[in-house]
Amino acid sequence: MIEFLQQLINGLAQGGIYALIALGYTMVYGVLRFINFAHGDIFMLGAFAGFYVGPAVLRITGLSPSFAAVLLVLPIAMLACALAGMAIERLCYRPLRDRPRLTVLITAIGVSLLLENGGQFVFGASPRSFPELITDRALALPASLGSLATLTITLSQVLVLGVALLLLGGLRQIVGKTRTGLAMRALSLNPTAAQLMGVDLDRIIALTFGLGSALAGAAGILASIQQPSIDPLMGIAAGLKAFVAAVLGGIGSLTGAVVGGLLIGVLEALVVGYLSPTYRDPIVFGVLILILLFRPAGLLGRFQPEKV
Amino acid sequence: MLTVTDLHVSYGVIKALCGVSFTVDAGQIVTLIGGNGAGKTTALRTISGLLRPVSGKIEFLGQDITRQPAHGIVALGLNHVPEGRMVFANLTVSENLAMGAYLLNDTAKTDANREYVFGIFPRLKERLRQTAGTLSGGEQQMLAIGRALMGEPKFLMLDEPSLGIAPRLVTTIFEKIVEISRDRGLPILLVEQNARLALEISSTAYVLESGHVAMHGPSSDLRRDPRLRATYLGG
Ligand SMILES: Nc1ncnc2c1ncn2[C@@H]1O[C@H](COP(=O)(O)OP(=O)(O)O)[C@@H](O)[C@H]1O
Ligand SMILES: [Mg+2]
Repeated sequence: MIEFLQQLINGLAQGGIYALIALGYTMVYGVLRFINFAHGDIFMLGAFAGFYVGPAVLRITGLSPSFAAVLLVLPIAMLACALAGMAIERLCYRPLRDRPRLTVLITAIGVSLLLENGGQFVFGASPRSFPELITDRALALPASLGSLATLTITLSQVLVLGVALLLLGGLRQIVGKTRTGLAMRALSLNPTAAQLMGVDLDRIIALTFGLGSALAGAAGILASIQQPSIDPLMGIAAGLKAFVAAVLGGIGSLTGAVVGGLLIGVLEALVVGYLSPTYRDPIVFGVLILILLFRPAGLLGRFQPEKV
Repeated sequence: MLTVTDLHVSYGVIKALCGVSFTVDAGQIVTLIGGNGAGKTTALRTISGLLRPVSGKIEFLGQDITRQPAHGIVALGLNHVPEGRMVFANLTVSENLAMGAYLLNDTAKTDANREYVFGIFPRLKERLRQTAGTLSGGEQQMLAIGRALMGEPKFLMLDEPSLGIAPRLVTTIFEKIVEISRDRGLPILLVEQNARLALEISSTAYVLESGHVAMHGPSSDLRRDPRLRATYLGG
């Protein structure tokens, strides 16, 4: 039981990261109906933003590794990723807005390759060690918890889940309560009608890319705090897993992306804990195939009937 | 108020409009009638900036809006209720109305407009928390018109408000259209296949046939026109 709870905790911490990335897939799918295959690489850019900005922030502020340091680096990396995501949309996807979806999809794969190889060129191909923004340690659990006190919960796990929850709450607020969020939902339901209400599609689509990319950037920082070895190809696996999470939850559904991300994280942890790390990836991608076969709309998604 | 001059619009090689011209003056209801595929929807979509014309000119309130983006045209007060209603199916009635006031961005005005819309279509008030997709066709049409009114339009274009709606409700909706135009002095460009109804409530009519204006004149004259009666009014 303790072993199971331990895997659950490990899985949720990893799943929080998948959830943050999955939101970007699902939001962009919502407004443009295409899978932005370059999204995983934005996650990598977030990690490298932290790699370069982190030490500078520590030096300038004189802070030692702490929550405060993380909270300073996080928004900088998010902003950098938001700008990168918006630039990619503006330069690569917007000119293809009226082209067949396949054209845009292939372009996204091209952008992804460009970021991965460009990343190797600029950042170097070998793994780098991520600067220490917070000193990770296992939390001492009160003995009154009995056998539960033997669980290992690390500071970085708490940080990851805490920040992920905060960002998810913020996103919910933006999408559910603000005028811009309403415009995003309207646009995803019917772009023509949204335009007729006065919505500037270009602006809302750019904002959607910005928001989704910022979340991926945050995920890049959080993942690197947990696993401080980063490289320009790190976005491939994380991106694919998060994509599976988005499909599992129901592409286009924000809640679905979060649920899918957490489920995939927990599933991975359980496979690693109870079976073997070797089976982790085959089982995750097996899930993708099963969903596509039996429930293509995902757990929480629903397919809208095609409009005529 | 709205002047369309020699409008040509194509979908690739298909010519949908070939030199269409018409005018709508302040406070008027003008109708554009014609059979399926005549180019009525194309005309409205071009005016509201969803389609780019090959050539021609569209002027609204003395301003050339031919190449303006759709959201800019709405901002000028030219509102389009599209064919098939296009309500936001997964949003509530209340959120749909809020979207109508997207550019207004003024709580007091939005509230006042919402009250006005409820006065015209009390049913929307009863359905406020329902998602728009669960409404009947007629109720969706009311919502689509109500949503357009939320933005305080200076000019309204309606594309086949009678399409796919129970006959009983069609009469109600047409009465409301007249009421809205009268109350607010709102000029309306009404596209219809139901020529009989459209000619009844409009002052001027244009008949479109395969992308051309085949006839035009006061609606009362066209109602008596033998050729029009044979083709569009069932003799
Ligand atoms: N999206 C489109 N692509 C190609 N042809 C179209 C499209 N929409 C309309 N058409 C063609 O343009 C012509 C006018 O259509 P439309 O404006 O919808 O007519 P109406 O509204 O009077 O029924 C028709 O011949 C129609 O087949
Ligand atoms: Mg039509």
